[in-house]
Amino acid sequence: MASNIIKAPIGSRLKKTPTGIDGFDEIISGGLPKGRPTIITGNSGCGKTVMAMEFLVKGVVKYNDPGVFMSFEETKEDLISNMESLHFDLANLINKKKIYIEYLEIDKAPVVNSGGYDLDGLFARLQNAIDKVGAKRVVLDSLDSLFFGYDKNILRQEIKRLFKWLKEKRVTAVITSQLDHGFQSSDGLEQYVAECVVALDNRVINQTATRRLRIVKMRGSIHGINEYPYLIDSSGMSVLPLFAQLKDHPLSTNRITSGIQDLDGMLDGKGYFRGSSILVSGSAGTGKTSVAISLINETCNKKIRSLYCAFEESSSQITRNMRSIGLNIDRHVKSGLLMFYASRPTIQNLELHLISIRKIIDTFKPEVLVLDPITNMMSEGINSEIRQMLANFVDYLKAKNITTLFTAAITLETIKSNPSDEGISAMVDTWILVSNVELNSERNRVIYVLKSRGMNHSTQVREFVITDKGINLLPIYISNEGILTGTSKLENTLQEEEDNHLRQIRFRTEKARIDRKRTILDADILKLKEELAFYKEALDKEEAENDLKEKLKNTRNDEIQGLRNRTKSSNEKSKGRNK
Amino acid sequence: MRNAQDKITYEPVNNDGAKYILQLFVSGMMQNSVRAIRNLNQICDEHLKSNYDLEIIDIYQQPDLAISEQIIIIPVMIIKNPLPERRIFGDLSDTEKVLEILNVK
Repeated sequence: MASNIIKAPIGSRLKKTPTGIDGFDEIISGGLPKGRPTIITGNSGCGKTVMAMEFLVKGVVKYNDPGVFMSFEETKEDLISNMESLHFDLANLINKKKIYIEYLEIDKAPVVNSGGYDLDGLFARLQNAIDKVGAKRVVLDSLDSLFFGYDKNILRQEIKRLFKWLKEKRVTAVITSQLDHGFQSSDGLEQYVAECVVALDNRVINQTATRRLRIVKMRGSIHGINEYPYLIDSSGMSVLPLFAQLKDHPLSTNRITSGIQDLDGMLDGKGYFRGSSILVSGSAGTGKTSVAISLINETCNKKIRSLYCAFEESSSQITRNMRSIGLNIDRHVKSGLLMFYASRPTIQNLELHLISIRKIIDTFKPEVLVLDPITNMMSEGINSEIRQMLANFVDYLKAKNITTLFTAAITLETIKSNPSDEGISAMVDTWILVSNVELNSERNRVIYVLKSRGMNHSTQVREFVITDKGINLLPIYISNEGILTGTSKLENTLQEEEDNHLRQIRFRTEKARIDRKRTILDADILKLKEELAFYKEALDKEEAENDLKEKLKNTRNDEIQGLRNRTKSSNEKSKGRNK
Repeated sequence: MRNAQDKITYEPVNNDGAKYILQLFVSGMMQNSVRAIRNLNQICDEHLKSNYDLEIIDIYQQPDLAISEQIIIIPVMIIKNPLPERRIFGDLSDTEKVLEILNVK
């Protein structure tokens, strides 16, 4: 690497004691300050004791540094049995005199005070313990319990003396402390006495318990100032270094076949770069998993190990589905070349997934990794944070020279509505888009390489055909109407035939349309005729009624006239009688 | 201060003939320990006459004893006899407290 490349400063003059804790040394530029005390704070249950113990165990196992654990809270027996679940073979390390554990019981008996006192009993026992194994690492877990019974001023003074004494002994010490207790109080004693302060935190985000680690203070050294997710599982503690330095990885110019001959053709004729990251994106049902499995299948055929992380389907579902397109990956699982990591993203959140996957990578050592789909992992947590984690993870994979293929349910449309999606594509070297094209009452898949860093990739759009014998990419046919997807090496005659066929379909469709229209019109005519008939009938009826009415009227008029005349004459008659 | 304000009462102890067996854990280098030895010797001479056995234990010399007795705070005196076993820590400059725990009038 050229010497004129300016790198962000890392490390320092301070000597470091690597903790050996997965990911932690990375964020603290190499380890804890050597020969100096470090305080680990955190509420109960966040793993202070585990972290401190792992610091000792890894010290022995990885760096051959003997260690002493002074426990104020748990007895030696309790500690040993508690650590059993973590695969720390404590009993063995104690037998080999590499680790010495001593329990310091504060509440031995009720005691009465008379005059001044100090903590020299602790000093003497610590000296004795250090001498027993020749300890280079010391843990005090925790000093808080001391503060419940004794004069705080005396204790503060004594703890300052203890820190000074530990420095003189040149041991790298870890002192744990709960928050809001003892020397974590408002006057911040730890500010003066400790060279380094690490804060652990347990909190709940989106109903998921999340653990975060922060370097509060690190005298004379650069350290990450952010919060880092961490995990405690059967193999101990793992910290996910979110914002580690961008490293110059030795770049590979080697190629790895995609397992799809035609796709290799689009990628310079050689396939992906080994150790690069590939994004295959597209909406549901576009064949992303098939592209991924093709890579896996081809890799395993070459007796190279692959890891498949399935976040949507179970491994058996994938193997069954892939058998239908002629990819038998079951045999690779049986031969141990292919490993599945199948998990629902809701079970753990992203960082835990990444930590788990890192662990598998460290033991299984795959050369090809598939994350299918990465978008499922992103449903958890906040976007920018996720992107950082993924970016860092990609960086880690590159450092390991692992070819990684992500699938994602993102399309150019979803990027428009959710621009943060594009962030993922920025992290990858090769971006392949698969999408559906609907035409001629047929839905076809097309594939194209949107970008591929460092190679002269094809800019063609190809039809993507999944057959029972694997995947083929066909050239697409462009007509006046735009892209037409059809069979690949279409000869002219075939094309004409197809055109004829299309015309016939169009004619038939048109004819059917007209026929339908005519039927409708006929029906309309019939309806109108009936309507007319109805109106005519109504009119006739009205006419007849009117005639009748007229007739009746005339008859009645005659009758009335006749009646009137009769009345007149009778009146005259009666008049005459009365006279 | 632990139990400093508490009124601690002990069962009446029968001192007739029974010897006091006292252990004083000290650290030779510490001021408090040096003062405790001086104070305790004075108290014993004045109040216990010859009716006592005093063992002064330097925790740096006998760390195993410091472990088995769970000594952290120094100096500390353990009254092994008469029973029950009692402890008093500090430089024993508060003679009243010492006499009280020794049950000497």
